[in-house]
Amino acid sequence: MPAKPETPASAAETMKSGAQIVVDTLIDLGVDTMFGYVGGVVLPLFDKLYDAPIRFIIPRHEQGGCHMADAYARASGKTGVILATSGPGACNLVTGLATAMMDSIPMVALTGQVRTDLIGNDAFQEADTTGITRPVTKYNSIVKDVRQLERTVREAFHIASTGRPGPVLVDLPVDVLVNKCPCNGKAELDLPGYRLRTKGHARQISMAAEAINKAEKPVLYVGGGVIIANAAEELRALAEKAHVPVTMTLLGLGSYDQRKPESLDMLGMHGSAYANYAVQESDLLIAVGARFDDRVTGKIPTFAPHAKIVHIDIDPASISKNVHVDIPVVGDAKHILTELTKEVEYRPREAWFQKIAEWKKKYPFRYDGKSANIKPQYIIEEVCRQTNNEAIIATGVGQHQMWSAQFYKFLRPRQFISSGGLGTMGFGLPAAIGAQIAKPDATVIDFDGDHSFNMTMTELATAVQHELPIKVCIFNNGYMGMVRQWQELFYGHRYSCSYLKNPNYAEVARALGAVGITVDKNADVPQAVAQMLAEKRPCVADFHVEPEENVWPMVPAGKSLSEMDGLTILESMA
Amino acid sequence: MKHIISALVENKPGVLAHVAGMFAARGFNIDSLVVGRTEDPKLSRMTIVVIGDDRIVEQVRKQLARIVPVVKVQDFMDKPVVARDLMLVTIAVPPEKRPELSTLIDMFRGHVVDISPKTLMVEVSGPETKMEAFLDVCKPYGIKGVARTGTIAMPRQGSGEE
Ligand SMILES: Cc1cc2nc3c(=O)[nH]c(=O)nc-3n(C[C@H](O)[C@H](O)[C@H](O)COP(=O)(O)OP(=O)(O)OC[C@H]3O[C@@H](n4cnc5c(N)ncnc54)[C@H](O)[C@@H]3O)c2cc1C
Ligand SMILES: Cc1ncc(C[n+]2csc(CCOP(=O)(O)OP(=O)(O)O)c2C)c(N)n1
Ligand SMILES: [Mg+2]
Repeated sequence: MPAKPETPASAAETMKSGAQIVVDTLIDLGVDTMFGYVGGVVLPLFDKLYDAPIRFIIPRHEQGGCHMADAYARASGKTGVILATSGPGACNLVTGLATAMMDSIPMVALTGQVRTDLIGNDAFQEADTTGITRPVTKYNSIVKDVRQLERTVREAFHIASTGRPGPVLVDLPVDVLVNKCPCNGKAELDLPGYRLRTKGHARQISMAAEAINKAEKPVLYVGGGVIIANAAEELRALAEKAHVPVTMTLLGLGSYDQRKPESLDMLGMHGSAYANYAVQESDLLIAVGARFDDRVTGKIPTFAPHAKIVHIDIDPASISKNVHVDIPVVGDAKHILTELTKEVEYRPREAWFQKIAEWKKKYPFRYDGKSANIKPQYIIEEVCRQTNNEAIIATGVGQHQMWSAQFYKFLRPRQFISSGGLGTMGFGLPAAIGAQIAKPDATVIDFDGDHSFNMTMTELATAVQHELPIKVCIFNNGYMGMVRQWQELFYGHRYSCSYLKNPNYAEVARALGAVGITVDKNADVPQAVAQMLAEKRPCVADFHVEPEENVWPMVPAGKSLSEMDGLTILESMA
Repeated sequence: MKHIISALVENKPGVLAHVAGMFAARGFNIDSLVVGRTEDPKLSRMTIVVIGDDRIVEQVRKQLARIVPVVKVQDFMDKPVVARDLMLVTIAVPPEKRPELSTLIDMFRGHVVDISPKTLMVEVSGPETKMEAFLDVCKPYGIKGVARTGTIAMPRQGSGEE
């Protein structure tokens, strides 16, 4: 449909340009922070943003901006907003959108597009943005008529932030941004196919409660959905009232205070032995906002073989996707946990907690504390100690990410910000920036791999420009450690293409205007951590760590959860 | 197992791409997919025949329902439905054999819709099995070309449609 602005229906409706409509709608929706990068076709929008009461953060690369918006959402619970130009700008968002999509993060991406009459002509900086991003967004659309613009932007925020959240992209041809139409700021959503289920089915909830009351060896297996639902308090109430141990996925970390005795910490491939054993022995597994990822289940047919499975999830498609579920409860975790708690009864389960205590005693996360080289786990423990478990931790992807999950003990939701589903190297630094912008008073630390950091380290300049006191701990092992570990274990120590020569990261940091510290002695770790934490400027601490340290325990891909490697190695370090 | 899935979708650009993309991305097999208008100008109906076991088809149904512009999804498996294909077949048939073929066409309640000196084009509609049977009996004459719509389906009245 050609964009043919109509004359105002009433005097109350003012004529506005598309760009003005976008900015006014964003403000009306409560957006006060945005991330993005300029370009030709989005100039009308940037011109309106120039005087708008919106804090605008310009990354050095759109991927970085997208991760910032994502982490801003993870840290705050609000919807992150990213704006990019057409063609290359939009293409640079793909990794960031896919990262957010996999982890169900609410985000709205606005992209510029060439004029509607040029679309399909291979015009300058044209890309089929909706085509390219369709599989990596919850929904996307292109606005071809300025009269649809306000509604579409409102719908994007609604879809991104409700149900199972996810990124939504709106593609904006430049003529739509320039054209004018009457706009009263009250456009209504028109989404006949988008229905939300929040309340769980009462009978299903009663069945789940009954199963919990009967269970002798139950385990709560909780994931990112508990954090998305802001249901940590409800989870605590259930676990305490019913007296059930809790294990968390990587993305669920923070949903249960890990200092509490019921916490079994993380489960899965690099989870704790006690969590994995508990799951394998359980007679009831209560999954809440978790999606039975293959990093968690190991070999599916042998996963939790004795357990009946309750699955609480807002997305019906999550249920019985990978593992057969006996009692599904579809709806919002916050509501369902509240209802469920009313119906459960306290059980002592002495034998079960006794057994768990034995596993915990026998197989805690350990490392060799006597080594001359700096152990990465030691740095994490030290940071955890000096920050009183209160910091927000972002990570890259690799071994350091797993150690972060194992050795930092989280207290509350939105403290751990990590790319779980896509596993995007380079996420850590921009994520720390996004989190620091969302939480200006928090201590935000990026635990990063040397090579993960290398992928997006240009964003240090963004942190410097905005005077963000983020801290980066580089676990510099020279290797793509996670890859090297697999090559050591499964490819006969043949370290093909997993070693790179690193720059001097402290010098790089200084050149970009940040503080740089190099640490290569064990004894210097506490002092370096203290210095880093005291810095008001962005600070990079480059820790030269044990080069060939492995992450244990490890469930090799395709093995069952109880078939963990490395347990004897861990025991020998006792 | 073949399932007929019927989806009411918003009549918007990009919907077909969303649906087809989801099938491709998740590795589901489509046997046929038909899109057409409905009594409501804002909605189209997609009739999709998928092959898979119950677990897979259940996922197909749920994944379809998740797509924002998809309004309603029904699996017609085990429900009384009328399912039809429309087919055009061009058959090589010399004039002397036409009476014989006409009898066959009548038996299948087909219509001749085009005639040339060496060929007949026949229109047949009905359930898929009928199409297959018709093609089988035409094969000896020589089939020059086939165009099929794929299956469309509607539940029979009083069949307890949700
Ligand atoms: C190198 C590497 C190693 C890894 N190893 C491990 C490992 O050992 N252990 C591990 O756990 N993970 C590991 N992961 C992460 C893993 O890949 C998955 O990302 C993670 O397990 C998924 O977490 P989740 O099940 O909590 O699901 P998420 O991706 O967080 O999904 C959230 C679920 O909650 C549901 N939901 C959303 N909102 C609500 C709501 N309001 N109410 C109810 N439900 C809701 C969603 O529908 C979805 O099903 C690893 C990742 C990497 C990169
Ligand atoms: C963008 C991207 N490319 C490739 C990978 C595959 N990969 C997973 S972990 C890893 C190595 C990470 O190395 P580093 O950041 O140094 O962390 P370490 O494992 O050494 O702690 C690689 C290459 C990935 N996850 N992301
Ligand atoms: Mg490394």
